[in-house]
Amino acid sequence: MAAKRSILDHVLVPKCRILSEDEVEELLKKYHLTKEQLPRILESDPVVKELGAKKGDVIEFVRNSPIAGKALYYRVVV
Amino acid sequence: MVARKTIGEIHFGILSPEMIRKMSTVEVKVAETYDEDGFPIEGGLMDPHMGVADPGLRCKTCGQKMNKCPGHFGRIELVRPVVHSEYARYIEYSLNGFCPKCGRPLVSDEEMKRIEAEYPPKQRLKALAKKGANVKKCPHCGFERQPVRLDRPTNFFEGDRRIWPTEIRERLEKIHDADLERLGFDPKNFRPEWLVLTVLPVPPVTVRPSIVLETGERAEDDLTHKLADIVRINQRLKENIDAGAPQLIIEDLWDLLQYHVTTYFNNETPGAPPARHRSGRILKTLIQRLKGKEGRFRYNLSGKRVNFAGRAVISPDPMLDIDQVGVPEWMARLITVPMHVTEWNLEEAKRYVASKEYPRALYVIRPDGTRKRVTDVNREELLEELAPGYTIERQVIDGDVVLFNRQPSLHRMSMMALKVKVLPGKTLRIQPAVCPPYNADFDGDEMNIHFLQTEEARAEARELMLTPKHVITPRYGGPLIALTKDYITALFLLTLPWTRLTKEQAMDLLYAAGITKLPEPDEDGLYRGRDIFSMLLPEDLNIRFVSRLGKYLVETGLVQKGAKKAVVSPITVIENGKLIKGVIDKAAVGTEKGVLIDYMYRRYGEETVRRFITQVSRMANRLLYMFGFTNSYESLKTPPEIDKQIDEIVDRALQEVNEYIRKYKEGKLEPIPGRDLKESLEIYIMVTLAKAEKEVTNLLKRYLLETKLDPVHILDNYAQIFSGARGSFNNIKNLMGVQGQAAVREKRPHRGFQGRVISHYKPGDLGPFARGFARGNLRDGLSMEELFFWGMGGRMGEVDKGVSTQITGYYYRRLANAMMDLILFPDGTVREVTRDVIVQFLFGDDGLNPQKLRHGEIPVDVIYDKMVAGGKK
Repeated sequence: MAAKRSILDHVLVPKCRILSEDEVEELLKKYHLTKEQLPRILESDPVVKELGAKKGDVIEFVRNSPIAGKALYYRVVV
Repeated sequence: MVARKTIGEIHFGILSPEMIRKMSTVEVKVAETYDEDGFPIEGGLMDPHMGVADPGLRCKTCGQKMNKCPGHFGRIELVRPVVHSEYARYIEYSLNGFCPKCGRPLVSDEEMKRIEAEYPPKQRLKALAKKGANVKKCPHCGFERQPVRLDRPTNFFEGDRRIWPTEIRERLEKIHDADLERLGFDPKNFRPEWLVLTVLPVPPVTVRPSIVLETGERAEDDLTHKLADIVRINQRLKENIDAGAPQLIIEDLWDLLQYHVTTYFNNETPGAPPARHRSGRILKTLIQRLKGKEGRFRYNLSGKRVNFAGRAVISPDPMLDIDQVGVPEWMARLITVPMHVTEWNLEEAKRYVASKEYPRALYVIRPDGTRKRVTDVNREELLEELAPGYTIERQVIDGDVVLFNRQPSLHRMSMMALKVKVLPGKTLRIQPAVCPPYNADFDGDEMNIHFLQTEEARAEARELMLTPKHVITPRYGGPLIALTKDYITALFLLTLPWTRLTKEQAMDLLYAAGITKLPEPDEDGLYRGRDIFSMLLPEDLNIRFVSRLGKYLVETGLVQKGAKKAVVSPITVIENGKLIKGVIDKAAVGTEKGVLIDYMYRRYGEETVRRFITQVSRMANRLLYMFGFTNSYESLKTPPEIDKQIDEIVDRALQEVNEYIRKYKEGKLEPIPGRDLKESLEIYIMVTLAKAEKEVTNLLKRYLLETKLDPVHILDNYAQIFSGARGSFNNIKNLMGVQGQAAVREKRPHRGFQGRVISHYKPGDLGPFARGFARGNLRDGLSMEELFFWGMGGRMGEVDKGVSTQITGYYYRRLANAMMDLILFPDGTVREVTRDVIVQFLFGDDGLNPQKLRHGEIPVDVIYDKMVAGGKK
């Protein structure tokens, strides 16, 4: 086998990245939210592990939507 | 100020005898209720310490009167303990799980640890009992025991020996608190011996009020009757024990006491005959009060009932507007609407108060809240008194806003706002065009009506719920309130190119729609039907689309290049509000597509569409009085050439099928990937026959469109099919072509006898006729066998209809309940109400309102036309 493959490269895994602190603040401000009101994702989730995200980090997902083409979703790691 | 308290924690447990005595205010010793003078007996079941049910008397516990006293528990001290029948199973578990001598679990400590680790608290006792039941010797004290068996409902046996509740209780008392904790119990709130009752709580009289009949007699509640039984037997048992009666008699009475307590809790206990009232009626005891559809939970707590509502059978009234509901006069008289008197409506209010007949005020409410019924005696007085600030309750009149609903309420259009039109008769009436959103028909359907009582409610209903605002459904972004059935047929007949009317007819039609202008007639003085229809269209309307008939014409190749020119244009063209080509049919004004209604709604708004539907339906109604259409056996006849062609198609298919069967039997059949030979054969056969049926359908379709689209034959009911109003070409195939393959669960019928479905064929016959292919049709009749096979398919359809509506209905309900507290925020996010937690960052991921879209797409044409027209005007 060649170099180790990342699950993030799989077609069915939506594109994702950890938001920087500034971006998180901006996001929360935009929607008038606290972190607790964001949708959650478990720290044990394979994608979270692969990204190396820690509890409290916010991850941005670019989902493919049949209706809208692309849709942005944010989840907080718990 | 309301004192707010938060719940810290909740304990679940069983009432201990100590607790029952503590909360009890009186010991009930007498089975009687009232004495000769009608006063409650002290120590009886209606003892005033337990609260009072008669007005005037005071509770002996709290000193308050009937409406203030909450009621207090009493108790019955049972002479001999009895088993709580509803917990009999847990008593059995406890007896089998623990040693009768030392009270320790009948398993080793290691085993206990394993149970603790492996099972959730709920299942531990059962698990222990399972292990312990067959233990012969207690691992802790070495006592030799026998398994205990529960003989339902309440008798326990150890081997052949009956063990009585006294002994059970002794055994249970020995169980250690520490062991209970390991099993997940909280010994402070639950001790197993509490499951054997020594004292029974008596619910307050408020829970079981007696009813005074008109004759002055008292009728006691079922619970009181049952408690009286318990007290009576308890006393008898006591007397017998005190008198030193033989053991056998005592045991008999003891069992009787057990029976009464058992049925007091649950009169449907398996194994116990239900206790009956003197009249023979089965008593409703505690569990019966709570359980089931008519129990406390589903009937009283989850079931909500409202005032100012009505329900009646519905019927159609084509003269109504789509935002009107016909309310029968009797209902309008019965129900009131509050009207706040101001200086501007004082005169009007006075008219209602002064009136002695129908639209009149029933009540006058003063600013201080006192309510006066308007009678002949005080009418003048109230009239004098009436001033701004008062409220009157007047009967329902035309124009009142109501909510109208039909169950099942599956989507938001199941409850829409309508305006009242008071009509003679007994039924509620609606314009037939609003049937589709309610999924209503008039075969006996009933609907509910709610008369709105506040100005806020009326305003909200008017702005959000009025039917014209729901012409387009958010489900698929197309019209759902649109013309149906005969209206489509009528418009189709009216707009056919050859339809021409006399002046009288034209005026009649236009007047029905409320139009008093006539269009230009032809040179011969006749009026074209399409010109009459055009009078209902906005003057600047420009639109072109393929009509339903046009679609059929294209499908059959009748308008392809080089083919014979069609009599009717497949494309409907409206220019400057004039229909110049094509016809109006389902594609224009029907549900789902309804291009014309859809466009007019988006372009001109709901008011235009409301008026259009109203006018069109009145005109269409009138037109059918004039024209009419019919159906006859004669009109189903096909010429011999067509019959011959049908036969050829079917024969070819049958031959092909027989070829497949031959190959199958010889083992030469090519299997379809993923299927075995038998399955492949079935698929080949089904596909071949379906293809043949389709060919027949197309043949007939073409034949009919070629020969029946003329002024004479169109009235032979073909207008209905051509316009999409009712009936399909598939129906035509069944009538005039071949009935075709009967199907049960998407397969050819195959179950019945061994190797054959019915005994008219040989076992193993896989041929088309042995498996439900009907060559006959409905015009010429089916053979006996054909009819039977179709019966199989028809039966499956009926069963499916019943079963799948139930199943999908429940799925839908669960989804709706799960999603009902998601709301759309002003910033476009979807959140959960209580905590504002985000569910979607943008509604539907695109932030678009599906009601404003056309079948999911942005209606660009309307936007363009609005901009261009807006620029011009």
